[in-house]
Amino acid sequence: MKETVKVKVEDVTKIFGKNSKKAIALLENGDTKGEILKKTGSTVGVNKANFEVYAGEIFVIMGLSGSGKSTLVRMLNRLIDPTIGKVYIDGKDIVAMSKEELRKVRREKISMVFQKFALLPHRTILENTEYGLEIQGVEKEARKTRAMESLKLVGLEGYENQYPDQLSGGMQQRVGLARALANDPDVLLMDEAFSALDPLIRKDMQDELLDLQSNMEKTIIFITHDLDEALRIGDRIALMKDGSIVQVGTPEEILMNPSNDYVERFVEDVDLSKVLTANHVMKRAEAVNIDKGPRVALKMMKELGISSIYVVNKRKTLLGAITADQAKQAVEQGQSIHDILIDSIDTVIGETLLTDLFDTVSQATIPVAVVDEANRLKGIVVRGAVLGALAGNNENINNTELPESQKVEVTN
Amino acid sequence: MENLFPKLPVADWIDAFVDWLTSTFAVAFDGISSVLESVVEGLVTVLTFIPSYVFIILLTLIAWKLANKGIALFTFIGLLLVANLGYWDPMLDTLALVLTSVIISIIIGIPTGIWASQKKTVKQIVVPILDFMQTMPAFVYLIPAIFFFNIGVVPGVVASVIFAMPPTIRLTILGIQQVPSDITEATEAFGSTTSQKLFKVQLPLAMPTILAGINQSIMLALSMVVIAAMVGAPGLGADVYRAVTQIQIGRGFEAGIAIVVVAIILDRITQNIGNKNQGGVSGK
Repeated sequence: MKETVKVKVEDVTKIFGKNSKKAIALLENGDTKGEILKKTGSTVGVNKANFEVYAGEIFVIMGLSGSGKSTLVRMLNRLIDPTIGKVYIDGKDIVAMSKEELRKVRREKISMVFQKFALLPHRTILENTEYGLEIQGVEKEARKTRAMESLKLVGLEGYENQYPDQLSGGMQQRVGLARALANDPDVLLMDEAFSALDPLIRKDMQDELLDLQSNMEKTIIFITHDLDEALRIGDRIALMKDGSIVQVGTPEEILMNPSNDYVERFVEDVDLSKVLTANHVMKRAEAVNIDKGPRVALKMMKELGISSIYVVNKRKTLLGAITADQAKQAVEQGQSIHDILIDSIDTVIGETLLTDLFDTVSQATIPVAVVDEANRLKGIVVRGAVLGALAGNNENINNTELPESQKVEVTN
Repeated sequence: MENLFPKLPVADWIDAFVDWLTSTFAVAFDGISSVLESVVEGLVTVLTFIPSYVFIILLTLIAWKLANKGIALFTFIGLLLVANLGYWDPMLDTLALVLTSVIISIIIGIPTGIWASQKKTVKQIVVPILDFMQTMPAFVYLIPAIFFFNIGVVPGVVASVIFAMPPTIRLTILGIQQVPSDITEATEAFGSTTSQKLFKVQLPLAMPTILAGINQSIMLALSMVVIAAMVGAPGLGADVYRAVTQIQIGRGFEAGIAIVVVAIILDRITQNIGNKNQGGVSGK
């Protein structure tokens, strides 16, 4: 899925002011934003942005206010015309398009959600949601059906006859989202869509967006100034500063390998426990097959120098654990592993955030097991690794892009 | 100073221009004149055709429906007073004059305002003209108006239009430009054409402001009735003018009160049309 490029941005630059040609020339020359402002009086809004957005991903453009991110996103549907550069959507350059063609793209391919909702105050929620379809000339009944579906998707059934100012901010933004979805666009532009909402509601909306996204697989380009938000919802993040894109990468790459001082300063205050997951800190798990005897288990523990071991079946499903003491006892009394199995052990799934792991890890007597949805053993979490990762020690952080290296070793 | 810069012959230029206009466009002016005259006369005929008590009840009901009980009551008593004082027919003349002026103001003003709101250059040209129309003393253009249209109701209408139209244009521009930029942006982002944007979003949102402009135009047109009377327009203004020239203070006040009554009724009713529209929007 990730191979298809949905949106491609090439050298997109925006100069605000009269001397745009001169400013572009200076920009080619390598002059900075400040120098250009001094020499020409023009402001560089966006400086040669280059990136690709893959179909079905959430691509976050992040930067502080004034970094040019809102200008950049507006050039993707030409609410602002780029001074130079190309924006390809499905391989077609929209910068070169005529008004007619552009209108068609805006109607069918690309929708936008705005920071201040931008609902039409004189229209009901339903009429707002219908707007995009209405201007395309869709039949009244058909557009009502589609708008209602879209409202249902965002959980606003029953509000269709209200007016925007009768709804709370969070609900208004749901309308904004429903309106954008009603057109069934491929690409969704979200300009600081949740920034005007209360923190709690913002978090709900982020969750809901992720939920929706898991069903619809739109290509979402999300603008935000909030790093936590970017890390939470972004599949990939582009960081902007002074109109330029400083780094593009997955949240992890940005946190772990900041490409320069700016990015590093930006991310240094991030609470790693809310970013890193069990997958990042888990170690290889040692496990013994349930069909083996306690003697084998004891031998393994001795060789590895550990005092307990997990027990799995042939399909690597986690069954429980045994300790060295119990294994020794079982050997003496001729019992099987089955008889001494501790089956009430703590498990977590790989996506669990560290912040939710602390309690479990601190109380566990044997290392906490990391499992997948089918309860198959993936790895273990030990306290030392958690602390190391929080300290930002890269040795303790796995590259989750390569889950192959985390295969469970089972001795048969 | 005087030797360095001789006085510009502005007065001569304008005289020459007016002469040229009068002779060149005589036919056009005659056409406009007869159209305006028949519109006003038609209105007067229709208004006088309605018996006064029917008219009073009708207007009272309209006031009740569009505004509230208090204003309906005021309309009822006010109009009875006007009829009682014997100013019923002049009031109808005045109403016809004001309505004609306001309708012309709307027909010309709203499209001009829309155009100016979309194009910066148009706005830059229109706004100074509006300043000119509002501040140039009416007497100055009354005389050429007489040249063009003869004495009677027509120069009165023209003078009223010149004075009354600017608020409609100004508030149309303001209303459209006041539509929040994120809303117009959203409209564009969904692929609206310019006319869809205008009719589905900008005009509906600007409507309360535009209606306030029309309300102001009505009030300004009413304030011109005395001046219109000086060039021969019939109506309450003519009564005031006659009373003033003959120093009949009492009669002057009577006619003046009739004008005030008409003004208050028209103002309150039109103001409430605007508010009602807004009420539907906010819904709270």
